Amino acid sequence: MTRTRRGPYVVRLLAAVVVSLVVIFPLYWMVVVALSSRSELLGSAVRLWPRALTTENFARVLSAFPVATWFGNSVAIALTTAIITVVVNLLGGYAFAQLRFRGSNALFLTALATLTLPVQVIMVALFRLVTVLGLYGSYWAVILPTAASAFGLFLARQFILAIPRDLIEAARIDGAGYFRVFTRIVLPMSKPLVAVLFFMSLLSTWNDFAWPLVALQDNRLFTLPIGLLYLQGQFGPDYGATMAFALINVTPMVVLFLVFQRYFVQGFARSGLR
Amino acid sequence: MTQAASRAAARGGTRARPRHIRGEARAAYVLLAPNLLLLGLFVFVPLVGAFVISLQRTDGFGSGTFAGLDNYARLLGDGLFWRSLINTTAFTVLVTPLSMALGLGAAVLLNSVLPARGVFRSVLILPMAISGVATALLGVLVFDENSGVLDKLLQSVGLPAVSWQSGSGAAFSSVVLVTLWWRVGFNMLIYLAGLQGIGPDLYEAAVLDGAGRWQQFRHLTVPLLGASTFFLLILNVIYSFQVFDIVFVLTGGGPRNATSVLVTYAYETGFDTRDQGYAAAIGMVLLVLAMAFTLVQWRTNRSRDEVGG
Repeated sequence: MTRTRRGPYVVRLLAAVVVSLVVIFPLYWMVVVALSSRSELLGSAVRLWPRALTTENFARVLSAFPVATWFGNSVAIALTTAIITVVVNLLGGYAFAQLRFRGSNALFLTALATLTLPVQVIMVALFRLVTVLGLYGSYWAVILPTAASAFGLFLARQFILAIPRDLIEAARIDGAGYFRVFTRIVLPMSKPLVAVLFFMSLLSTWNDFAWPLVALQDNRLFTLPIGLLYLQGQFGPDYGATMAFALINVTPMVVLFLVFQRYFVQGFARSGLR
Repeated sequence: MTQAASRAAARGGTRARPRHIRGEARAAYVLLAPNLLLLGLFVFVPLVGAFVISLQRTDGFGSGTFAGLDNYARLLGDGLFWRSLINTTAFTVLVTPLSMALGLGAAVLLNSVLPARGVFRSVLILPMAISGVATALLGVLVFDENSGVLDKLLQSVGLPAVSWQSGSGAAFSSVVLVTLWWRVGFNMLIYLAGLQGIGPDLYEAAVLDGAGRWQQFRHLTVPLLGASTFFLLILNVIYSFQVFDIVFVLTGGGPRNATSVLVTYAYETGFDTRDQGYAAAIGMVLLVLAMAFTLVQWRTNRSRDEVGG
């Protein structure tokens, strides 16, 4: 028994280490490049750790671009979108999971079908619509179209389906209205769901690119990913500066992700995705 | 029992059953209203708009002129459209099975007895937190022909340099590799959730019946993960049809359109060339393809379940 288990055990450990190194290396390299001086990066030798660490790349980026404004834009847009998404999807998921009404299935499938729709298909029309609605040039041009997330609705429905209907009927018999049932029973039982929806929405909005690229043509409204592309266009092959800014872009979400991933994983598992 | 409760009970008991159901439906519509309003306004209205625009000749300034099916007819003779269609298909056919197989492999690995499993899991799903633009720029950093770290590493161990940016096949491979780096973690996460829902007693029974490791994997793990596989298949295909950030930033569709996909082609046609009617037509084709594929998957999965169950 010990002999047969030992071989695979070492092999498994080795496999896990190799795979992890492959995944982590580009991120490690991003940090190294961001902290290397220009002259070091121009050299042809591969040094897995620079001879001298420097923050000159960060200084160059911060002085040339309105990084704080872009950061603030990203925070405002991502937070607002996440809050709207959570509220809207929780209410919708509750209706689809626990209430019986005509057209329930058809509506749900229609909402779900929007998952197959690439935003680029509707981008031109959406741009015109947003302009007509007078949203162009404001955060709302990104927030409102992004908040309508079919995937969030799907997750919410799956999760709330697991709440026993008996519990809800009992509360109904005790005289609670459907909204009261929502605030007193569904909401308290949905904390992991709220966490997952909020975090997923925050993450995807923070990292969103295609639609904000079109909707935020004004430099002062840029979010970090759009700023990153813009900066790369201006700085060209200045990898030190690009990676310094990339680091500013990815660090907040990486930290949040590492802190909250336990709940994230649980939320996924409990949403019945198995 | 409170007054309200007894009233409700009385209502439920006698003539009020239809009213109760009507009340439930009304509550449901009210609860759904914000969601449906957002989806309707920002997805379905522009979708209809996109279809109308696809029948027009328009550069986005002023009103377009009606062109009937001209834009669609033009697609037939457009080599770049076909190239992008083939690239989109090739990308989907490569990335979907690869990211699912690698994800399943990683999930099985991390579901076994292993020290520091949590650390390995965190590392593998970490790319999920990185933006597409940053991921693509990491790809540039690794695959750049002049200063990319990968070629430097290859040459330092005596291997030849690869033309990641100027060679068609190599450029396409770099897009696939970067995408896999970005996507495998998500696939692993879903499979891991699936694996943790399988009771260990099934495996114990299988071992008693003399099943080897491969037989356990083939006849227990794979079938029991059917729901996860279906979910991932749909999501991966949808994602692959919609791939944008990586291609747009990493290769810009080049070299010589070797990595151009339908979404980047539609974007460039709509916002660079400003041939918005034609761009909308490309988008419509993409949408029909994605929906057709999802529908086929949905159907075959359902019929398989009916046969199996």
